[in-house]
Amino acid sequence: MKVTTRGSFPISYESLRVKQKVRGGVHHQGPNEIGVLGVSGIVKMIKAVMMMNTQGKPRLAKFYDFLPVEKQQELIRSVFSVLSSRPENVSNFLEIDSLFGPDSRLVYKHYATLYFVLVFDGSENELAMLDLIQVLVETLDKCFSNVCELDIVFNYSKMHTVLDEIVFGGQVLETRSDEIMKAVEEISKLEAASNSISLVPKSVSGWRGGR
Amino acid sequence: MEQLKTIGRELAMGSQGGFGQSKEFLDLVKSIGESRSKAEEDRIVLSEIDILKRKLLEPDVPKRKMKEYIIRLVYIEMLGHDASFGYIHAVKMTHDDNLLLKRTGYLAVTLFLDEDHDLIILIVNTIQKDLRSDNYLVVCAALNAVCRLINEETIPAVLPQVVDLLNHGKEAVRKKAIMALHRFHRKSPSSVSHLVSNFRRKLCDSDPGVMGATLCPLFDLISEDVASYKDLVSSFVGILKQVTERKLPKSYDYHQMPAPFIQIKLLKIMALLSSGDKSASEMMYMVLGDLFRKCDSSTNIGNAILYECIRCISCIIPSPKLLEDAAEAISKFLKSDSHNLKYMGIDGLGRLIKISPDIAEQHQLAVIDCLEDPDDTLKRKTFELLYKMTKSSNVEVIVDRMIDYMISINDNHYKTEIASRCVELAEQFAPSNQWFIQIMNKVFEHAGDLVNIKVAHNLMRLIAEGFGEDDDDADNKLRLSAVESYLQIISEPKLPSLFLQVISWVLGEYGTADGKYSASYISGKLCDVADAYSSDETVKGYAVSALMKIYAFEIASGRKVDVLPECQSLIEELLASHSTDLQQRAYELQALLALDARAVESILPLDASCEDIEVDKDLSFLNGYIQQAIESGAQPYVSERERSGGMFETTDYHSQDHHEVTSHALRFEAYELPKPSVPSQPSAALVPVPEPSYYSEPHQPISTSSSVSERESSEIKLRLDGVKQKWGRPSYQSSTSASSSTPPQAANGTSTHSDGGGVVSSSSSKPRSSYESKKPEIDPEKQRLAASLFGGSSSSSRSDRKSSSGGHKPAKGTANKPLATVPKESPIPVPDLLDFDEPTGTSDVAATDPFKELEGLMESSRQDGGGSTDVMGLYSTDASAPVKTTTSVDSLLSELSDSSRGTYHQSQTTKGPNSKEALEKDALVRQMGVNPTSQNPTLFKDLLG
Repeated sequence: MKVTTRGSFPISYESLRVKQKVRGGVHHQGPNEIGVLGVSGIVKMIKAVMMMNTQGKPRLAKFYDFLPVEKQQELIRSVFSVLSSRPENVSNFLEIDSLFGPDSRLVYKHYATLYFVLVFDGSENELAMLDLIQVLVETLDKCFSNVCELDIVFNYSKMHTVLDEIVFGGQVLETRSDEIMKAVEEISKLEAASNSISLVPKSVSGWRGGR
Repeated sequence: MEQLKTIGRELAMGSQGGFGQSKEFLDLVKSIGESRSKAEEDRIVLSEIDILKRKLLEPDVPKRKMKEYIIRLVYIEMLGHDASFGYIHAVKMTHDDNLLLKRTGYLAVTLFLDEDHDLIILIVNTIQKDLRSDNYLVVCAALNAVCRLINEETIPAVLPQVVDLLNHGKEAVRKKAIMALHRFHRKSPSSVSHLVSNFRRKLCDSDPGVMGATLCPLFDLISEDVASYKDLVSSFVGILKQVTERKLPKSYDYHQMPAPFIQIKLLKIMALLSSGDKSASEMMYMVLGDLFRKCDSSTNIGNAILYECIRCISCIIPSPKLLEDAAEAISKFLKSDSHNLKYMGIDGLGRLIKISPDIAEQHQLAVIDCLEDPDDTLKRKTFELLYKMTKSSNVEVIVDRMIDYMISINDNHYKTEIASRCVELAEQFAPSNQWFIQIMNKVFEHAGDLVNIKVAHNLMRLIAEGFGEDDDDADNKLRLSAVESYLQIISEPKLPSLFLQVISWVLGEYGTADGKYSASYISGKLCDVADAYSSDETVKGYAVSALMKIYAFEIASGRKVDVLPECQSLIEELLASHSTDLQQRAYELQALLALDARAVESILPLDASCEDIEVDKDLSFLNGYIQQAIESGAQPYVSERERSGGMFETTDYHSQDHHEVTSHALRFEAYELPKPSVPSQPSAALVPVPEPSYYSEPHQPISTSSSVSERESSEIKLRLDGVKQKWGRPSYQSSTSASSSTPPQAANGTSTHSDGGGVVSSSSSKPRSSYESKKPEIDPEKQRLAASLFGGSSSSSRSDRKSSSGGHKPAKGTANKPLATVPKESPIPVPDLLDFDEPTGTSDVAATDPFKELEGLMESSRQDGGGSTDVMGLYSTDASAPVKTTTSVDSLLSELSDSSRGTYHQSQTTKGPNSKEALEKDALVRQMGVNPTSQNPTLFKDLLG
């Protein structure tokens, strides 16, 4: 199973900008001052799932604790700059206390033109998280038969559906890709059904003024 | 490009299935993908925002269109732009009956809104309704939203429905309901505390998936309160057993492993439950052992479970067999080519080292490889491991490495961390004060702005107090070396402020102390500092105070003071400074210059920075004055408490008679002065507590100007809290003593060896010599490093080392004697072991003493291998086994002990060649950083005859 590339967008500006950003420092140092032993272990969860392409464009980002948009962007950019500076053939793990607070870990996997990134804390097992990415990719592969970056770009809401089946509120909910597929297909079917009804483009005045 | 577009379109159409998007959206995505700069992207997104704003306001937007607009809003928010203008539309969409639209609405609001957003109130009602829906997909969508959008206040609104859903017919719903409840528990434990039993109940759900989901909240609950879940240990063990025995449906297999994620979660829970609990731990031995045997270490997920087992074992009270299994798994990880596994191996090593300190030694070369790996993550992990295994014997090598790494990185966050670790290790294990100061200099120089100010104060205190023994000579040498090193460093540009403060203070106190440097030289340097860092008031303050001290010492010793012109101008500049603190210091300095030698000496005596200054908090010396004032009609002082209470009975306070006033005395706190802007006054700089200058510093001219006479007459007894340093010296003392005993310890050890020699079982010698016969060829550099990292540790704890030499056949050493495992697992710090050892060596200890037994084992192996394993063997090129350095370190140590023992133990066979080799070895030991101390000559005498 691998993610294939059917094409990637030419993008040239990323790396420079991103690096500057990081050098400027991340104004997220606050919680770190508490100390490495401080708050770690209180919140045990997956903190974020991100997908970005090798040029640093976010393809999907989900943070399991609310963060303002700017903060999210900053984190995505910082994560990308760290990832893009990693040499080949090194471990898939990173300790990124500086971005996500004490005891934060990051696992990433590089498929063709995409980085899949999971951010979590010390209570999770890095190798297992790596396999969770694998589960996600395998599922996507089944969804889109030989998934590529474009599938992910153009099926934004389906991506979220799949992800929501796997990780729910920051906890791993389901890891059987067949099971996930089943759920997603069921949703698709039902949606398609309800869709065909509403395909008749009826005027929306009813629900607009309805409330 | 054209082709790409078509592919994209095809794709989008092809995989529509309800998720398709319109051409406009595709074009948006595409044009953003093709944009060549951030500016271009921003332009595109901004124009998209304009379009959306317009379109959303159009009347009668078809629902389908609206849905797409929402998705486009989500998309532009992912790109970092504000889409808040459209939030309300997403909220409205959740109200729709159409599942597709509803789901889109929920998706958008969960991404857009946080739980305290104003719009949430518009959604809660819908969520309530949807939770009761017949369509389980609607319920799932609502549960999803519940997780994200419900805050503490709205929990009660949905709680009943969520609880009902725990018994829903669909397992997917039950799972999500559990997760939602779990989320509530996190947000507000009190609101669901009465429902916690549901989690226990759901553990027995008919669906394994639901059971798996229940483990998440249980893990949380158990980590909060282990005791009340102890009864579940057997259930968890049972579940894990069933999972590993493939009792679950085949569909739970992942890469041929049965439900690995559930296994991992169970292991985590059991680690919590069995931590420090012998009986609970014992229940797990079986299943853990099975896991080690069954896990497929060729797959990633198999290794994940293995790692989790290691983690579990490091928490529980493991059996020797399990420890062995864990050690074996770790060595597999470390030997792997995968960086991921190496990382896990290092991590596991760091965990196990706490219960089995010897374990790292088998892997020293692997660890050193990781240290030099290009992978930063691995490197940091390895530094963490080294930090955990630092002892007085290897502290120098480790801290040196850490500092090199610290200098090489730019990441301030990690730099701070590693700097503070260096300081911590240096404080704890420093072999000598000179070394400590060197390390501190490096840390300050490269990370001075990142370290805690306490570190600087501690360093100053160390320099001022020295060894604390009555060895003034050594103290003076230490100070001189500090002064010299600072004079060298001081001219470097851009030193951190904190470091300059230390430098100024030390130069002021001790710059001229031994006459090597003239006062004008030092004061010139101090002026340079004040000039070069003129924007830093703290540094300037320190510099001026240092100048004052230097002049004071000059005056006191009867020499004529020539104030350098630049000093003069500095003082004049500061006299007009905006900073009152600097101004005060300048005036004090000026005043001091005009005083005679006797007065100056009493103000600033030489090297008195450590004299305790006693503070009389009661200010009893003022009693007479108060008495007088009251007699002459002044009103007595009323404490703050009484004041507030007696506000309305002011007439009353005359009745509060005198003695009450005096018994309450004066509340010191009420009189405390505002803190000076400089954290501490120069001569009290050792004291971390910023002292109000009036009371704390009888040596300071500040106060003299106002109250010298008064003070002299009343004999103030000032007493500074915090003067008794808590952390500083004891650790140095102990560490110095530990380090000084390191080399001779080998000699001491031999006596123990010969004691134990009688009890020797020769079994351990066999495997050893076989290892020796297949030593790999390894870079001598690396060898040396390994030896200094690990060898040092082994040389300082023989009992540790024994188990490593026997570690490959641990059963042999331990099987028949459970006692023997004790030292292996004991987390006793090494120096303690040593202190322990010395008496055992000389006095007669019960034959069951495990240490001695172990040493006995050691001894035998030494005798066997002694001849062949000389230090040159380190460089010799024979066979190959990873064990190599362990044994060579062994040999090295045994050689040392051997040779030193030569006088009273007859090992003639080895004696001859040894003396020369031992010399070489000693050189090696020195290289490795084990400090030779005064006892070394004895060692040599022994060696040479």
